[in-house]
Amino acid sequence: MISVQNVHKSFGDLEVLKGVSLDVPNGEVLSVIGGSGSGKSTLLYCINAIETINSGKILVDDVDVHSKDTNKDKLRQKLGMVFQHFNAFPHMTVLENAALAPRIVKKMSKEEAIEIAKKELEHVGLGDKFDVYPTRMSGGQQQRLAIARALAMKPDFMLLDEVTSALDPELVGEVLDTLRLLADEGMTMICVTHEMGFARDVSDRVAYFHQGVIAEIGEAKQVITEPQNPLTQKFLSKVR
Amino acid sequence: MNSLFTPLSWDDTGYILTGVWNTITISVVAIVAGTLLGMIVGFARAESNKTVNFLFGSVLDILRSVPLIIQLILFSTFVGAIGHPMNPFVAGSIVLSLYTMAFMSEVFRGGFESVSKSMQTAARSLGMTYWQTIYHIRFPIGLRAVLPSWMGVALSVIKDSALVSVIGYMELLRTSEQLISRTQQPLEILIGVGLFYFIISYPLSHYGRYLERKMAI
Ligand SMILES: Nc1ncnc2c1ncn2[C@@H]1O[C@H](COP(=O)(O)OP(=O)(O)OP(=O)(O)O)[C@@H](O)[C@H]1O
Ligand SMILES: [Mg+2]
Repeated sequence: MISVQNVHKSFGDLEVLKGVSLDVPNGEVLSVIGGSGSGKSTLLYCINAIETINSGKILVDDVDVHSKDTNKDKLRQKLGMVFQHFNAFPHMTVLENAALAPRIVKKMSKEEAIEIAKKELEHVGLGDKFDVYPTRMSGGQQQRLAIARALAMKPDFMLLDEVTSALDPELVGEVLDTLRLLADEGMTMICVTHEMGFARDVSDRVAYFHQGVIAEIGEAKQVITEPQNPLTQKFLSKVR
Repeated sequence: MNSLFTPLSWDDTGYILTGVWNTITISVVAIVAGTLLGMIVGFARAESNKTVNFLFGSVLDILRSVPLIIQLILFSTFVGAIGHPMNPFVAGSIVLSLYTMAFMSEVFRGGFESVSKSMQTAARSLGMTYWQTIYHIRFPIGLRAVLPSWMGVALSVIKDSALVSVIGYMELLRTSEQLISRTQQPLEILIGVGLFYFIISYPLSHYGRYLERKMAI
């Protein structure tokens, strides 16, 4: 379980998270929606200890993420993360991209790492691309590579930050299908997204962020189709 | 016949080869040392804040802007004046290496900075440590990106090494000057020397372009 407890986070004078609390139980898919600058990405970065927090607490399976005693590199192995930018390692083949972290972070043997990388690449539909360099692939394929690369670390949670925002419209579908597959398999996910259809159909709950606070959170269909908070209503009427 | 001047002969081969060898030696020393130091300084600069960079940068600016020939003479005069005269090879290697480092550091800095923050964050999010990210991601991507510029600096070092002749190092240019004053055949000798630099540089720059294409990412 991921448990976010009254987290405050500032960049200098700018308070970006103003007391965010959130529990994501295992197996849940939570979509996070909200306007630009509302703190959605920052929350994911804080969960993954890429950013520090000013106060509050974040627990991942009861491990205090921001405690001095927590090994952040170790913690991140539990948390797969995929970003808006694909960030494929351009000097490695697709297979090497996916096998690198299992080999050097988990210290698997080369054979083991390759086996697991192949499995995850097939999982996301890149079984025919092992020896291709990522720059020769479409954005959708590169983003699926990023997902497979994260999955190869066998994470317990996936944090996805607008993974379809940099894609051409016709490539969005294949990446969303991959996420849907993971959701069906029971992966626990927090998806920051602008795809309201995805949020409604695939996630269990939706949280609407407004200026650093969760203005509304609830069952997915309800939040997207019958939002209670006027702020959520206003936001949804604009993105539709 | 005037016995003061003797024409170029096969007996001069050994002498010329010594010059060739010395040019190659000091070039290799300067390129290797300048590359290693430049990599370290370039990395430090890519990782440092503005203030540190300003101090670092000023020293490097001096090394890059003062003509090499002046640095060579100043350095060898200075070490002589404080009572530690150095042989021309050592003094020349030090100055040429630092001069090379000053250019290489900018090359490498650019390479390391070309690897985006978000690429590094992606690597860290997979659980890689800071140093693993540098070793597996930042160095290989950055170094590939700067290969053409690196080659450019390396080639100019080979040519600049001719200047070390001013402090008495017997590299190719100095041996040829001495042969010229003995033989009075400047044309043949200088054309030969020019050819040598061409023969060394041309294949290297071609090999560089080949590598660049091969590693294009
Ligand atoms: N490293 C940083 N330093 C300073 N300010 C930052 C930093 N990262 C984010 N911010 C600021 O924090 C605020 C929240 O940013 P964040 O990226 O979390 O928003 P977001 O909800 O993800 O928006 P978007 O939909 O545009 O991605 C923004 O005003 C942003 O400019
Ligand atoms: Mg964002």
